[in-house]
Amino acid sequence: MRRTWPHLWLLLGVLVFATPIYITLIGSTHDASTIGRGDVPLLPGPHTVENYTAAWVSGGSGRFTVTPASRMLLNSTIMALCIAVGKIVISLLSAYAVVFFRFPGRMIAFWTIFMTLMLPVEVRIIPTYQVIVSLDLFNSMAGLTIPLIASATATLLFRQFFLTIPEEYVEAAKMDGAGPMRFFRDILLPLSVTNIAALFVILFIYGWNQYLWPLLVVNDRSLETIVVGLAKMIGTGDAQNEWNVIMAMAVLALLPPVAVVIFMQRWFLKGLTETEK
Amino acid sequence: MASLEVSGLTKSFGATHVLHGIDLAVEDGEMIVIVGASGCGKSTLLRIVAGLETASSGSIRIAGREVAALEPAERDIAMVFQNYALYPHMTVEQNMAYGLKIRGLPKPEIARRVAEAAGLLGIEPLLTRRPRQLSGGQRQRVAMGRAIVREPKLFLFDEPLSNLDAKLRVQMRAEIRRLQRRLGVTSLFVTHDQTEAMTLGDRLVVMHAGHAAQIATPMEIWARPADTYVAGFIGSPAMNFLEGTLAEGGQAVALKAGPVLRFADGPRAGGEGMPVTIGIRPEHVEVAEGGIALPLDLVEPLGSETVLHGRLPGGEALVVKLGGPAPDAGSLPVAFPAPALHVFDGATGKRLDP
Repeated sequence: MRRTWPHLWLLLGVLVFATPIYITLIGSTHDASTIGRGDVPLLPGPHTVENYTAAWVSGGSGRFTVTPASRMLLNSTIMALCIAVGKIVISLLSAYAVVFFRFPGRMIAFWTIFMTLMLPVEVRIIPTYQVIVSLDLFNSMAGLTIPLIASATATLLFRQFFLTIPEEYVEAAKMDGAGPMRFFRDILLPLSVTNIAALFVILFIYGWNQYLWPLLVVNDRSLETIVVGLAKMIGTGDAQNEWNVIMAMAVLALLPPVAVVIFMQRWFLKGLTETEK
Repeated sequence: MASLEVSGLTKSFGATHVLHGIDLAVEDGEMIVIVGASGCGKSTLLRIVAGLETASSGSIRIAGREVAALEPAERDIAMVFQNYALYPHMTVEQNMAYGLKIRGLPKPEIARRVAEAAGLLGIEPLLTRRPRQLSGGQRQRVAMGRAIVREPKLFLFDEPLSNLDAKLRVQMRAEIRRLQRRLGVTSLFVTHDQTEAMTLGDRLVVMHAGHAAQIATPMEIWARPADTYVAGFIGSPAMNFLEGTLAEGGQAVALKAGPVLRFADGPRAGGEGMPVTIGIRPEHVEVAEGGIALPLDLVEPLGSETVLHGRLPGGEALVVKLGGPAPDAGSLPVAFPAPALHVFDGATGKRLDP
């Protein structure tokens, strides 16, 4: 009997989280007029295939131009991968430099990186935009990803992890004749694998969910990401929203992050809870 | 296999002087144990020889070659660390082979050396395991193996036994000694444990506050300690020190506790009444009729022997070790046989010989 209340609470939590997703899923199986009438159906309808086909191939029934989901998913995937991988590579290297090397300006470098934590993307968005335009990176994948790659959070995380690595490994590697890059590759990277995996999941989702920056820096439809595209489909004003296609598109937009989480889950949990030592 | 010569080695961290000019010559195949309390500079000395720290001044020659400017890997040495420092993500085999791989040795040669070292240490069944699946003693062996495969000119041991339990430590100690004799590799071994030092070393370097207080064979250090620090550090229980002054023209000492003792080996230089410190090991104190009465305040029976603690008239503490069960008395008459006395300068603590 003591277990009843906790279970009820959990159930309530699951309901709160799952209901919107369920409604989206159901909505993507009906035709436009059903949802347009304001009904909220709770059982699947017969239009699943045509809704998803419409979303995937053309992005809508053609009354106004929308980028197809296939294109946008590809863009989003490339962008999220570039951001996640780029952030990890840069943070690993900068944390390595800050922790294992003594050079003039080391602490200044560290604090400079640290201070950028206080400036979120939104605050520095205008100067960043100016820089990207000046560098002629407007409307390009490079312009989309590079400003989002520099990352203080990940650098900090790797720094903390590197600090826990015993000095004796460094010394043993020196005795073995491993140079700095060799030590990085043969010893530090393998020890960081679980941390890298955990960070990859977080950063992939961070990249995937970017909205403001892609909205600003890209107006070429062929580079549009799914989060931006999804928002653009809603509320164009003079035409009725195709809610059925929008919901199908939303479901499609959910799939890659979910896949990443499921695929990396084992590593992810390991990375957050234990260190290999 | 090679000799090691350290001369005029000093080290300072800012204004703190850690080593004040160490001179040490290690012969080919010799096992030298550097022993001292924590903070005496013994680890720093080892790390400078290893190349993990740089000396402030002085020279280090391995097999006649000056190595002070070389990287650790170029010095042709191998080191066993206190926490073993085995790479956790590599198997035992990979751990042992890593240094050889970097040096670019051919694969069959690496395999041969690893197999040979594994055979020598009896760790063949462990080769595919990872360090975390090994016990302390096994890790210790692997760390030794990693040093052996390099076939270095010099082995360095940085307190490698301090993380093992007492029983295993004794066992590994004997094993290291046997192995070192068999391989004949010149070795430096750092420890704070005097038993380890006495049993392992061909010669000991007793370090005290950045100086080498004495460099000699274990028995010589035990029989003729150079100063009161060495005398008190080596031997267990520690040597007793009694205050006194020279008497009879340097032929004898008048102890603060009362009696006047004649030296067995001749007069000491120094004026009548010069303060001296007399050292006598607990096992050399005799129980004799007519001796000074020693009231006992603590009796420690150890089975084959008994350690007694008491205070002499005048308040000085005295420890006596008897080879047998404790006498059933609250007080004991003790005597100090002349041949067992060590005489030290009362001011500087240096040994005074006739």
